[in-house]
Amino acid sequence: MDFSAEHLLGIEHLSVPDINSILDLADQYVDLNRQSAKRSDALAGKTQINMFFENSTRTLSSFEIAGKRMGADVINMALGASSIKKGETLIDTAMTLNAMNPDLLVVRHPESGAVDLLAQKVKCAVLNAGDGRHEHPTQALLDALTIRRSKGRLHRLNVAICGDIAHSRVARSNIFLLNKMESRIRLVAPKTLLPAGIDLFGVEIYEDMDEGLKDVDVVMMLRLQRERMDGAFIPSEREYYHRWGLNAAKLANAKPDAIVMHPGPMNRGVEIDGDIADDIGRSVIQEQVEMGVAVRMAAMDLLANHRRKKPSGVMV
Amino acid sequence: MNILFSNARLIDPEARTDTIGALLVADGAIKQVFSDREPKGKFDQVVDCEGKCLAPGILDIGVKICEPGERHKESFASAGRAAAAGGVTTMVIRPDTVPSVDTPESLEFIKRRASAASIVRVLPMASLTRGRAGREMAEIGFLQDAGAVAFTDCDHVVTDIKIFSRCLTYANSLNALVITHAQEPQLSAGASATSGALATKLGLPAVSPMAERIQLDRDAALIEMTGARVHIDQLSTKAGLDVLSQAKAKGLRITAGASIHHLTLNEIDIEGYPTFFKVKPPLRHETDRVALADAVASGLIDIISSMHTPQDEESKRVPFDSAASGAVALETLLPAALQLVHGEYMDLPTLWAALSLNPANLFGLDSGRLTVDAPADLVLFDPDKPFILDRTTLKSKSKNTPFDGRRMQGQVMQTYVGGELVFER
Repeated sequence: MDFSAEHLLGIEHLSVPDINSILDLADQYVDLNRQSAKRSDALAGKTQINMFFENSTRTLSSFEIAGKRMGADVINMALGASSIKKGETLIDTAMTLNAMNPDLLVVRHPESGAVDLLAQKVKCAVLNAGDGRHEHPTQALLDALTIRRSKGRLHRLNVAICGDIAHSRVARSNIFLLNKMESRIRLVAPKTLLPAGIDLFGVEIYEDMDEGLKDVDVVMMLRLQRERMDGAFIPSEREYYHRWGLNAAKLANAKPDAIVMHPGPMNRGVEIDGDIADDIGRSVIQEQVEMGVAVRMAAMDLLANHRRKKPSGVMV
Repeated sequence: MNILFSNARLIDPEARTDTIGALLVADGAIKQVFSDREPKGKFDQVVDCEGKCLAPGILDIGVKICEPGERHKESFASAGRAAAAGGVTTMVIRPDTVPSVDTPESLEFIKRRASAASIVRVLPMASLTRGRAGREMAEIGFLQDAGAVAFTDCDHVVTDIKIFSRCLTYANSLNALVITHAQEPQLSAGASATSGALATKLGLPAVSPMAERIQLDRDAALIEMTGARVHIDQLSTKAGLDVLSQAKAKGLRITAGASIHHLTLNEIDIEGYPTFFKVKPPLRHETDRVALADAVASGLIDIISSMHTPQDEESKRVPFDSAASGAVALETLLPAALQLVHGEYMDLPTLWAALSLNPANLFGLDSGRLTVDAPADLVLFDPDKPFILDRTTLKSKSKNTPFDGRRMQGQVMQTYVGGELVFER
């Protein structure tokens, strides 16, 4: 198995062959995960530390299950407030953990670039589990795997990403990945939720959702944070739902076999109608969660066992 | 005691000349300038300049010295040594210390520390409002009597327009100079980058360059209303320059500066989140940088400053968004500014107008020029000497320079303050 990356910090600097390596291996792990004995020893004897500086249930448990199914010793560190209260800096925390010789560090942090900074200070492979508004590479990879398994390909698909693009690391990673895989990307959102210069990212921009969803193969909805609903970025929840919430009428613009995705957790009745989210004919939201475990297993397997090592003698 | 500087390339920002000649210094002042011939006679000391540049020492407006409050970042002694090594002979220092300098008593403390510890001249500025909080005027009159050369809340903007207009009116009645910061504070709150594709890609909170123009529009209207004399500490965008140009054309008493970092770096430098490149306002687009350099060449921008802002390692060894803003620049100001000459934006006398003459004129000083009876504050430098900057060699206590490892061209050989040698390489 070929893999040229040293860490998984983002999609931006990940090569297409590496993306394919992860997705191909993840397909195998999907099969494993569907057996009753879900056990591999790919990470036997390895230590995986999950450092989450931001609350997370879904991503943290996904990484934990992924590690455990491959036989890794998994340690979860919820660092939300404790270490910051003690005044320890991110770099000190990283160097302390580095001294314990882990093989994989999975890091989520509220600040953009924090995981890159940490990766410069440790010897082991680092996986970005989401940093600020920057990147969330495993989410984009699991989305890609979900699309590829449903549509049979990633190239030449019309994908609409809808909602709060401005504050979304999921959107950024997905834009990088889908562009690399030669999909056609549309962004659908009010201008207050579109970041400056996003038109230079190889995307088409739509403010009208009916137009934006016309003939798309994939509808990817994004979560709108509660604190952004009341007057700051949009006038109200109900107006947002009316214009940009996904319901059956708007979805009717998409191709008849279009799939509906959401990274979760969902706000039913805000960005997505509950019936659509639960429609097993359209929604692949549960499958995304399943693919998440497989993609994380694949990424950790590749980084732990096939990682490109730094030239000897070079230590950061 | 007299000193003859012979065989010098004299950079005269007032006459805008760059000629080979000699300069005689006696009793701490310039005694005579020989532009065409080498003088005969006997001198106590002769400095052979070997054809290198002799220019007035730099007057640097907006230097932060971290006394009182954060002396571990920078002291008068360390800043003075750094200034001397950078050819800066006068530091005009900021009041944004902890606590801020807003009483005659605290100004006395500054002056005493400066004269005891700094090997270059120090001119203190004072806060415009108490605690730089933008609510009550500081004692501008008393502070002026105590030696404050200008009044500024530094990067704090007085948001209450009524209070600010009264500050300007009162300052004007004492003919005090007010220095303001042109960044609309609400729009720029929390921003650590300039908005655009790069900031979006990096996921950094960002501000539109228009925040500068919005604030400058307000300030220009208030300058027109009050007639006050105002200097804008640092402009960084084309949109801001347009407003400045209109205000100057109207005849308002407005001048403006630019920081060396906005003149020589652009937003692309923050790719990869290097915190030493986090400055306030954030680095701009290359088109803004070029417009700014052109504005120095045309004289629209009056002054180049280092905006020397020491930060300790701990406040920079964190993620970009949490990192403190600012960079040290006393020692790198001159070689970085020479990029503008090597890049053919302007000639040396024009550059020196922005580094020494215009700041001296802003404060009504007789330094900053190569004329008879001016103080012998001089810098001798080789404009072409290449070197690679190593931040560990900086004399500042803080080493937070964005130029670390950069190839630079132009190095200070000697610096004199009042005819006394304060630095020699």
